[in-house]
Amino acid sequence: MKPLINSLPETVFTTKVDDLLNWGRASSQWYMLFGLACCAIELMQTGGPRADLDRFGAVPRATPRQSDLMIVAGTLTYKMAKRTKLLYDQMPDPKYVISMGSCSNCGGLFQLAYSVCKGVDKIVPVDVYVPGCPPRPEALTEGLLRIQDKMMRERWLVKPSRPAVDQSGVRE
Amino acid sequence: MDPKEIYASLEKLFPGKVSDLKAEVLEPYLTVDQTAIVEICRFLCSAPGFKFEVLSDLTALDWPKEEKIQVVYHLFSYSHNHQIVLKVDLPRDNPKIATLENVWKVANWFEREVYDLFGVIFEGHSDLRRIMLPEDWVGYPLRKDYVEQEEYDGISTQRAPLVEKLLR
Repeated sequence: MKPLINSLPETVFTTKVDDLLNWGRASSQWYMLFGLACCAIELMQTGGPRADLDRFGAVPRATPRQSDLMIVAGTLTYKMAKRTKLLYDQMPDPKYVISMGSCSNCGGLFQLAYSVCKGVDKIVPVDVYVPGCPPRPEALTEGLLRIQDKMMRERWLVKPSRPAVDQSGVRE
Repeated sequence: MDPKEIYASLEKLFPGKVSDLKAEVLEPYLTVDQTAIVEICRFLCSAPGFKFEVLSDLTALDWPKEEKIQVVYHLFSYSHNHQIVLKVDLPRDNPKIATLENVWKVANWFEREVYDLFGVIFEGHSDLRRIMLPEDWVGYPLRKDYVEQEEYDGISTQRAPLVEKLLR
């Protein structure tokens, strides 16, 4: 009897279900259109033809209900922070957050102001912090690739390592 | 019209209500009595020869040592290309002044901003709410003695420890 591996046509691949799921997920990260300040200009550049985030399968969506990824681009005021939390809560699981630029990392240049939130991680869990003021498109692309790496490592079918989601939607 | 001429005619028309002209600065200013601000502004807005059609800015200053809050009006005239700055001193513990909404419509938002950040009450204002900060905000941030709250609406306002160290 011929070995199985040679009997299959060349176009058939074998893989793990987790890997397949993660591959699909990582290659279609739909990010929410969500610019808060000058970082949004760099975000637009990253989505534009030169840096071209589209080639990684990341396309902007105008609603949180269809988004997998939130890129917090810009200075977060307390007034906006409440809205940001609401938008995050509206996104379906699994969801990821990139904190883009100094302002959303820690308040940045404006952290001494009375009205600026000292980092988006005070309200939502952040997966990747992209430093810079503002970060270049290359840096944001790198951040997206780090999110892809993180996605590829996740195991959804095996119970113990599955990310726990509590009532508030915050991954532990 | 020269600021000195403006001051002289205001002094003649509203005796005792205007004082302290500083004409040798980039934007000459004078002090107006709190009670007369509306009639003086209405006069400056419409009287021929003055015609200050525009309230270009309305802001405030906090002077904790002098126990006063100063409301500042920047007036400009397109017809005569002249400008003047009016200042009004208010007591710091109870700053209240009549609104100028009926003279210049734009004063509506300016006054809301000054109310938002300094806590000056503009009496007769049609819609005196905070304009930029959230409505449940505590305190008036541009006052010199403003203390940041520990948290706002469950969001911590604490910074990274390194920055706190730099601040001393």
